[in-house]
Amino acid sequence: MSDATTAPAFGTRALNALRVLISPRGAVFLLLAILLVAITALNPNFADPGQFIRFVQRVAPIAIVAIGQYFVIVSGEFDLSVGSVIATQVVLAGNLIGQDESKIVPVTLLMIGVGILIGLINGLVTTLLRVPSFIVTLGMMLALLGIVYYVTGGSASGNPVDSFREIGRGGIRDVPIFGIIPWAVIILAVTLAVAILISKSPYGKTLIAAGDNVTTQRYSGVRVWWVKTSAFVISSLSATIAGILLVGYAGVHPSVGRGYEFIAITAVVLGGVVLGGGRGWVVAAAAGAFTLEALFTLLNFADVPSTWRDTIQGVIIIAAVAYSAVAFRARRKGRAPLASPEQGKASESAPADPAPHTTSMEG
Amino acid sequence: MRRSINMAATVVGIAAIVALAGCTTDPSVTEPSEGDGTTEEINWFDQAVFDTQNAQRDVVPEGPEGQPYLQYIDAEMVDTSQYKVDGPKKVCFANASISNPWRITGWITMNEQLKVLQEQGAISEMETRDAQDSDDTQIADIDYFIEEGNCDLFLISPNSTAAMTPAVERACDTGKPVIVFDRGVLTDCPVTFIHPIGGFAWGIDTAEFLIDNLQEGDKVVALRILPGVDVLETRWAGAEKLFAEAGIEAVDYFTGADPAEIKKIISDELAKGDVNGIWMDAGDGGVAALEAFEDAGVDYPVMTGEDQIAFLNKWKSTGITGLAPVYSNFQWRTALLAAQKIFAGEEVPKEWVLPQKPITAEDLDEVLAVNEGMPDGHYATFGGEDLPGYPTVWQERIVP
Repeated sequence: MSDATTAPAFGTRALNALRVLISPRGAVFLLLAILLVAITALNPNFADPGQFIRFVQRVAPIAIVAIGQYFVIVSGEFDLSVGSVIATQVVLAGNLIGQDESKIVPVTLLMIGVGILIGLINGLVTTLLRVPSFIVTLGMMLALLGIVYYVTGGSASGNPVDSFREIGRGGIRDVPIFGIIPWAVIILAVTLAVAILISKSPYGKTLIAAGDNVTTQRYSGVRVWWVKTSAFVISSLSATIAGILLVGYAGVHPSVGRGYEFIAITAVVLGGVVLGGGRGWVVAAAAGAFTLEALFTLLNFADVPSTWRDTIQGVIIIAAVAYSAVAFRARRKGRAPLASPEQGKASESAPADPAPHTTSMEG
Repeated sequence: MRRSINMAATVVGIAAIVALAGCTTDPSVTEPSEGDGTTEEINWFDQAVFDTQNAQRDVVPEGPEGQPYLQYIDAEMVDTSQYKVDGPKKVCFANASISNPWRITGWITMNEQLKVLQEQGAISEMETRDAQDSDDTQIADIDYFIEEGNCDLFLISPNSTAAMTPAVERACDTGKPVIVFDRGVLTDCPVTFIHPIGGFAWGIDTAEFLIDNLQEGDKVVALRILPGVDVLETRWAGAEKLFAEAGIEAVDYFTGADPAEIKKIISDELAKGDVNGIWMDAGDGGVAALEAFEDAGVDYPVMTGEDQIAFLNKWKSTGITGLAPVYSNFQWRTALLAAQKIFAGEEVPKEWVLPQKPITAEDLDEVLAVNEGMPDGHYATFGGEDLPGYPTVWQERIVP
């Protein structure tokens, strides 16, 4: 969407760009830009590259979780267990690696294994046993949280060795302009690139289609259960990556990851991804995470009293999501082709989409 | 159709998350459930209590030297000869919870003390019921003890003040001695109420330390766990007042003790400008706060944390100008020792105010030596260094 700002300010191109920006899929970028400008206005230091890269580092775990959540939501499901998966992985790293560097590789492999296992359970119970995914993942969330509290007794229990924490805390130092390029930023970039590749692949299109209309997909021979299950695996793997970053960034505490499911789902929705599946763009979901965090930072910089922050966050989130819902409905009522951005692959995969839903929404 | 169902599901799901987030409050404090759910803003500051606690900080405690868990401040002694009994007796303990590291540390110490008293023949057994942070459960626990517990003494660590008062009164009505410790109740029927000085004393100790080490106009970031808990609110109410009087700029945040949140807050504050001091209402997350200064490449702040081992170790390794206020954990031990005294008919303080002495830079090495090898969640003023299980029981943190 960046061409919106660089395009010549005249003619239909600019008009189209404007439409994209106020469309739900583009709105998140507009909102992000406004928030970043507002933060910089309140605190010019923020625009300093060194400060900004730290901001990106901090958002990286949330953005990665949002990217994982995107795949689940676009396939028509939810994953509420991501916050607890993060807490589990953080505690695993703290307890099993300890101060022994030689354990970093085996424990990391174990954590990845645990992540895959959780995703498989979430996915298979949802698809094969037909339990609604928010029940399954809510159960998973509570089960994991219980284990974490049992293991830790509710408190911080020893951070893992510093070299492991370096992944989330450190980076490439002495870089011109930025000063430091945190590993977290690099990992986020790689994750995002992989996510774009996945969503552009035939698998990614099948996933969106599975969220859009399961029946059609079944008739056309797609193994929907497997497509959806793999989305859950992607989600819990992304939570695992976030956990590895957070154990470095913050340290071991059972509260790490708390609320991430809420932030991730909100970020994905802010990114214009429709709850219930069938539509969305992974980059916008990641941008949603940045937008949310920028909002939180703005509230900090604006010296909003701590007791008021949750309320303001809530109101802004509701407003943004409501805007997205209203805008989508307006588009469904007939103006759909106008605002669909050329980059969005949804326009390719969803030719059969608007009609059935228009009727069901209005019926 | 499917989509609208999913939408509804989402709303329910998100509501559930919010509700759950409310339940899983931070481990190091428990929810208050004061009966009157007033919506207006509560002013936690109470000048009379503030003055009392301020004065008690300077009182030299009475009682045996080197045994802070048996010392008391400003005590009015009561006669307990009416409760004198022979032979080992049964104690029934209604515990609010062991849901946070402070309570776990105390619970371990208490059980070690119990073993000693059982060997001495003072206590036959202790039956414990854990209310898991629930008022209703604790009321049921106390009533169970009254009806069927066959108890010789009731030991109660109340989950909340107002809600637990009638149940404590029922226990008093049995004629058996009642001991209350940690949080209080709104009745003076128990034989003794054991607690450290209190939240205002914490607030005064910490604020004075920061004020002494900072200049007027300096900025202090206050990291608070969550709102509405009286023992935490009084800490902040006391400190906030002194900061305002001294011209220290103090901003407060609720962190939920989440280290990621703490780091975020400090990073934002450092981006805004200099942060000269960090004040905490509980030490959990203190390490993350200091790491945020390291990551930003700026000088460490003057800081007050708590006597949790993770913070003390970080304090030692970084050499910051620090103070560790305490909410004397050894009171868990005092509760059983008070039971022993009552069974023996010895007098005890009606309100047993235990010493609450912050750990200073001078004490740090000594405190760390006593607590060598203890896990991060351990509290240094556990007061069990003369018990037989020391130090392995606490090092391995075996929860009984």
